[in-house]
Amino acid sequence: MAAVAPERTRLATAAGAPTRRRRRRNWTLAVFAMPGLAVVLAFHYYPLVGNVIAFKDYLPFVGIWDSPWVGWDNFGVIVDGDARFWNAVSNTLVITAVQTVFVFPLPIVLALLLNSLLSERLKRIVQSITYLPHFLSWVIIVAIFQTVFGGAGSISAFLRQHGYDGLNIIGNADAFIALITAQVMWKDTGWAAILFLAALSQIDTELYEASAVDGAGRWRQMWHVTLPGLRGIIVLLFILQLGSSLTVGFEQLILQQPAVGLRASEVLDTYVYNQGVVGGNWGEATAVGLVKGLIGVVLVLGANKIAHWLGEAGVYRR
Amino acid sequence: MNSITIGRGHRKPGPRRGTGIRNGQVPPHPLMRAVKGVVLTLVCLAIILPFVGIVSTSVAPSDQVTQAGGFVFWPDSVDFSAYDTIFAGGVVTRALQVSVFVTVVGTALALTATALLAYALARPGMPGRSIALILVLLTLLFHPGMIPTYLAVKDFGLLDTVWAMIVPTMVSGFNVIVMRAFFMAIPAELTDAATIDGAGEWQIFRRIVLPLSKAILAVIGLFYAVGYWNSFFTALLYLRDSSLWPLQLILRTYVVNDTPLAQADLNVEVIPAQGSIQMAVLVISVVPIVLVYPFLQKHFAKGVLTGAVKG
Repeated sequence: MAAVAPERTRLATAAGAPTRRRRRRNWTLAVFAMPGLAVVLAFHYYPLVGNVIAFKDYLPFVGIWDSPWVGWDNFGVIVDGDARFWNAVSNTLVITAVQTVFVFPLPIVLALLLNSLLSERLKRIVQSITYLPHFLSWVIIVAIFQTVFGGAGSISAFLRQHGYDGLNIIGNADAFIALITAQVMWKDTGWAAILFLAALSQIDTELYEASAVDGAGRWRQMWHVTLPGLRGIIVLLFILQLGSSLTVGFEQLILQQPAVGLRASEVLDTYVYNQGVVGGNWGEATAVGLVKGLIGVVLVLGANKIAHWLGEAGVYRR
Repeated sequence: MNSITIGRGHRKPGPRRGTGIRNGQVPPHPLMRAVKGVVLTLVCLAIILPFVGIVSTSVAPSDQVTQAGGFVFWPDSVDFSAYDTIFAGGVVTRALQVSVFVTVVGTALALTATALLAYALARPGMPGRSIALILVLLTLLFHPGMIPTYLAVKDFGLLDTVWAMIVPTMVSGFNVIVMRAFFMAIPAELTDAATIDGAGEWQIFRRIVLPLSKAILAVIGLFYAVGYWNSFFTALLYLRDSSLWPLQLILRTYVVNDTPLAQADLNVEVIPAQGSIQMAVLVISVVPIVLVYPFLQKHFAKGVLTGAVKG
């Protein structure tokens, strides 16, 4: 029996009266957990249940719980094909697709580049510089892009000085998707490269030796050793990306809406904000947010399942 | 295997895990190295140059800024009047105070709540521990959505208070899980020995667990601090009262939306060029990040990895 519960035995010898002692310790821990759990319950689970207002006509002075039920009425915008809603959906999907194609591979390329550098110091310097923008807020990033690319910005000023027309990329709805993609690249490429670099450092050096002995050049080494070594992390991050594919930078877009207009910049999250917080259509906005959230969960779980079929670890294992 | 050391004679050959150069990796062609050099230089310049321009504009004399159309790459002379203006007690000064308050108080509260919760979840014996753990884990999968969260903040009476920027984001489930994993890795012998010596949970937490966890506390504290300093969304959502605006909202209004700052907003007689003021506001919102950056860098790669492996 001693082998089954060594901890209990030790506690018993240490404390003399194990049951009473254990109980008192338990409640101390519960007190420790209290503030944190209270925040989680109040700002996570209370609003999670608060999603019921998707089925209610929310009246601000009555509150979430006493507002009258309206059934599925609030989901009408989704079912009936409301033009503003579908504009937001299509923008969201287009932006996600563009960013998956153009932004996702970039950190892999940067990590491979950095990994192939022979000078350790140079590698560290480049890394330090490239992840700095990750820690800047979107307000700062957008402000920086405006100062550089805006109508009064440095590039425009330079062009005008040399006799060309100034350009205004910022207020241009057609260039908007390129602009926000560039912003995401500028902000997060260096940061995202960290994970790939970490995976690269895990690759067994013997594989490189063996392939060199077999006569592989640099490119073949990359194709047959380096990239397979990155497969797991690429799949993992791709799943996470897929799961968040209905979420495209709320802060980034809401900041730039006044400049480009809703047609180009309204995505699902900004739609929810504009309809709910700004427009007061609380029920409809919640309904859209709820559907979006549920699809997101289904996407993550589904993508994870596919990863398991492909023989990868995915986000979690069962 | 001679090929490895070609042109790299000063470097000791041998397996060097995680260093980029490895036994067996064929050295690059000179042309490739040149291409890489150019690409990486351009990448670094693309990140550094805007900062140079921003700092330059903030200290450039007014007439130079006006002449250049609002943005200069190198100041003719150095003039700190833009900084004097924003520190003169107007809206920007007040916003700076709000941001500092939110960051300092928020980080202290968030770190305390997170560490205590992580500790309670790491130790055996808390009543309802597994339920609490599941509640924390599920926050990573389900997000309650913007509108219900807004209504919760409203129901708890936090709308239009400075606490709306602090309390709702105080406990990140992800941070709790990462910190719990760290606490659980502390050898049980240490805590058991303390128990035998008659230490209570609080003493074990304070005297043994916290001193051994400085690295993780630093990482997570810095993440919370950067998050609070940068928080824009919560302020936009929960604050109508502009006297409570943090720096990020001031930046949004006066720099991104280009609303001119009037004399009344700034509490000064003469206003320098708007471009200089805007860039000065931008600089003071970036400076704290740049100051903590070396510390972040020292710790965060490790933090990210812990999260990736255990989260």
